[in-house]
Amino acid sequence: MAPPLAELWVYLSATPLLFLTLTLLVYQGAYWIYRRAGFHPLLNPVALSVALLVALLSLTDTPYEVYFGGAQFVHFLLGPATVALAVPLYAQLDKLKHAFWPICGALLAGAVTALVSAVGIAWALGASDLTLLSIAPKSVTTPIAMGIVERLGGLPSLTAVLVVCTGIIGAVGAKYVLDALHIADQSVRGFALGTAAHGIGTARAFQESDEAGAFSGLAMGLCGLVTAVLFPLGVWIVRALP
Amino acid sequence: MLAALTVLLVYQLVGEIAVVALQLPVPGPVVGMALLFVSLMIRGTLPDELRDTAQGLLRHLSLLFVPAGVGVMAHLNRLTNEWLPISVSLVFSTLLTIAVTAIVMRALLARRVKGR
Repeated sequence: MAPPLAELWVYLSATPLLFLTLTLLVYQGAYWIYRRAGFHPLLNPVALSVALLVALLSLTDTPYEVYFGGAQFVHFLLGPATVALAVPLYAQLDKLKHAFWPICGALLAGAVTALVSAVGIAWALGASDLTLLSIAPKSVTTPIAMGIVERLGGLPSLTAVLVVCTGIIGAVGAKYVLDALHIADQSVRGFALGTAAHGIGTARAFQESDEAGAFSGLAMGLCGLVTAVLFPLGVWIVRALP
Repeated sequence: MLAALTVLLVYQLVGEIAVVALQLPVPGPVVGMALLFVSLMIRGTLPDELRDTAQGLLRHLSLLFVPAGVGVMAHLNRLTNEWLPISVSLVFSTLLTIAVTAIVMRALLARRVKGR
């Protein structure tokens, strides 16, 4: 006789295989929906996968730790993927040299605005210290943002969620903001999207034009690097204040 | 692909070691990324294999965020309690960042053109 379903579930959920496979299956399902919907920003595949998996884990009473036991193999790849960001950055080297000073100025202004306004607004509305620490690098691509927050004692998994939300907000709202400012230059539009909304913004920028996409990818990498230096420095200064 | 993946892991490892040894405030993979970027500039060319592997890894970048994102389960209380500061901060800060970045870059590009 076949074992009861509950027993089979208990057996399978003790191995990494189940949740690793489930993560890949759910993501591909979510991506399929996203593509079918014409890449609508609100149907972001990460948001969709997370919602589906959270619902599934809640229904089966599976703790996050058990899920992560399997999903950690996917999570681990964030490290090499971050290193791999050097490759598109290098591929844009000519453009980088061409508009070097405008890029530096815009990057610094954007990275500081993102950090200060995120923390400032959340602080003014009464967010807790741990939330402030976790929301600060919200505009930076997830592997970098999580790495910084982890080192500073914040909540990396909360940061991951906030980063994804930021990407979706940026991808949806950028067109309206940039059109209102009458910004037509594709390099500027792309660079602003990548600075504020990392990879999800970059995916959106590529839908406008290849030039916007390339500058967005460049901004994503640079903003990650600059924030990785600026943010710990800022935290150090704030903690040193009496 | 195996060689390129090894290169990425070696740079990450060197980055992690540098962070611990020099007490750097940035994550190890970020140092690895900077080192790889500098190495490529010194080398002057991008090996095809490394380009393909990096593209393959970055094409599915959003998948890699999913396990961490599911961690929201552990923070549902915090998100419900602090939904107002979190949501207002995310929306306004993101749109403001887009505006500031675009305005500064447009101004600097225009100034450079005029200066020549």
